[in-house]
Amino acid sequence: MSILIDEKTPVIVQGYTGDKASFHAREMIAYGTRVVGGVTPGKGGQMHLDRPVFDTVKEAVRSTGAQASLAFVPPPYAGDALMEAADAGLKLVCIITDGIPAQDMMRVKRYLLRYPESSRILIVGPNCAGIISAGKAMLGIMPSNIYQRGPVGIVSRSGTLGYEAAAQMKALGIGVTTSVGIGGDPINGSSFLDHLALFDQDPETRAVVMIGEIGGQQEAEAAAWVKANMKKPVVGYVAGLTAPKGRRMGHAGAIISGEGDTAAEKAEIMRAHGLFVAPSAAELGATVARALAKVS
Amino acid sequence: MDIHEYQAKELLSGFGVAVPRGKVAYTPEQAAFVATELGGSFWAVKAQLHAGGRGKAGGVRLCRSHHEVALAAKDLLGRTLVTHQTGPEGKPVQRIYIEVAEPFEREIYLGFVLDRKIQRIRVIASAQGGMEIEEIAHKDPASILEARVEPAVGMQPFQARELAFGLGLNTKQVSRATTTILGCYRAFRDLDATMVEINPLVVTADDRVVALDAKMSFDDNALFRQPAVAEMRDAAQEDPREAQANQHGLNYVGLSGDIGCIINGAGLAMATMDMIKYAGGEPANFLDVGGGASPERVGEAFRLVLSDRNVKAILVNIFAGINRCDWVAQGVVQAAAGLKVPLIVRLAGTNVEAGQKIIRESGLPIISADDLASAARLAVEAARRPRTYRGDFER
Repeated sequence: MSILIDEKTPVIVQGYTGDKASFHAREMIAYGTRVVGGVTPGKGGQMHLDRPVFDTVKEAVRSTGAQASLAFVPPPYAGDALMEAADAGLKLVCIITDGIPAQDMMRVKRYLLRYPESSRILIVGPNCAGIISAGKAMLGIMPSNIYQRGPVGIVSRSGTLGYEAAAQMKALGIGVTTSVGIGGDPINGSSFLDHLALFDQDPETRAVVMIGEIGGQQEAEAAAWVKANMKKPVVGYVAGLTAPKGRRMGHAGAIISGEGDTAAEKAEIMRAHGLFVAPSAAELGATVARALAKVS
Repeated sequence: MDIHEYQAKELLSGFGVAVPRGKVAYTPEQAAFVATELGGSFWAVKAQLHAGGRGKAGGVRLCRSHHEVALAAKDLLGRTLVTHQTGPEGKPVQRIYIEVAEPFEREIYLGFVLDRKIQRIRVIASAQGGMEIEEIAHKDPASILEARVEPAVGMQPFQARELAFGLGLNTKQVSRATTTILGCYRAFRDLDATMVEINPLVVTADDRVVALDAKMSFDDNALFRQPAVAEMRDAAQEDPREAQANQHGLNYVGLSGDIGCIINGAGLAMATMDMIKYAGGEPANFLDVGGGASPERVGEAFRLVLSDRNVKAILVNIFAGINRCDWVAQGVVQAAAGLKVPLIVRLAGTNVEAGQKIIRESGLPIISADDLASAARLAVEAARRPRTYRGDFER
């Protein structure tokens, strides 16, 4: 098992015919992802990468039965693309785009409330590396060879730190069920908590690594949820101990604004809620090994 | 992006917010002339800088004659003002704002933020204006009133009225405060702000409600659709290296240590800085080269990091996803020719073997590291080595 996607999930790509989207769609197909087509408004009826192109997401869903989408849409149009995906009845959309205005994401999140929870789309991202279910399917831009199949879930705000964790685990012979990048923006489509809950339900996942950074409250909320509800061990890490207050560290959401959102405070909250906290980013793999030893 | 007080007032007055009459000046002569133009007999001369805490740091002067205005302007212009928000290096004062000063009866706090937790615009008001919001929260938390704006319909008049009545204003004042609150909200929404703060919002004896100070910050991601706001950027208030970095698609934040960092990905960059600290060193900067790190971009990253005179060693840490290690390695080898500080390079991910081969065969004394921990350790050791050590680049 895995969460969110597997080799059977029919996937479309929004912004399909662009250069970057084409490159990554090829990689996704090569990895075994069931890419069934794509959407580029105005290019409907053409074929691209041996798959049909549609003008609208609704048409793509109707013709292909797609359930998930990877969105490669420039920032000014990204909010619109997410709402289109939601309205077309997709279950999941993963948005890689960096640089979406925060108020656009605020409106997108509000828009989703018009759908009942049972048919509401799950957004992963924006500003993330995507999702990979090791050995099954990839909805993103990550180097797929570092993910070995195994029992650990990864959920990370940072793309490259997620890679770091997967590579360290692989070096120790530890594999991954699914790795999810929730992205570095201040308003995420989905949070640590959303994915921890999914991992907790997944029979194959035996432990989860959660990689946070400075800014916001979602690591603290997730840690409290872990203590109250989670049956599986969780490894935590928070980047940015050396980050100065009030400065934006690359990610739009990585800024200490003084409400318990420093790396040290978050790590302390994780520890207090019983997470295995990795003392440094170089010890992510070793800390996962320790956590796994508890459940085997 | 931040803007100056006078710019924020100009924007807000376009949304119906009452502000004192005022004008910006760049020289003492101009300041005295502006005071004449504005008329009256009592003026506030205010240093314009992108930081709060200005009053306590002596950046605001009350003047009773044109001569006093000129003297205050002369004293403030060209000075570097250090407030508790600027950091020890302070910010330069190159513009001053001269306003007609008038007496007021009450000071109110009014703030708008994009609250990431509730994913809504949150409005905060308090009858205890004039103090910073952190101080109000500490000294009189009960005075803090709050409203949350439903994004589907925007802020409603009743919400503004509730706040205004909650502040204890009289009927006449309430209607003016409501206009002010809704005006600030519309400015926030229409201009893609991330913060609007009016502190203090004052109430005069004749029941007018006036924004005595104003601060606005904007969403960098939305500047593409806010050209009028983008034009208000004052590069002199920003670290020149950060501005230069932005032009090349790099993210740079200067720090006080001596190990320069060139890394891809914001999270990995922060984690690598933390590793340097963990290994006993101090990072000189945060730098994310981003995806698609071409040799040119890597070269630009080296120039930026080296423009910091404190840098004694450089650590390059790339975990390539979109990037390819061989591409990055080419950039590193080009930039490293002629380098005068030790260089530690750790590559991982896409095309790592090809990248390492390029580094190895370059003939340059680049120190290769296999993993994050050894990269940080080697960088700290290299930064500590005496200048006479022969294995590194000549220093």
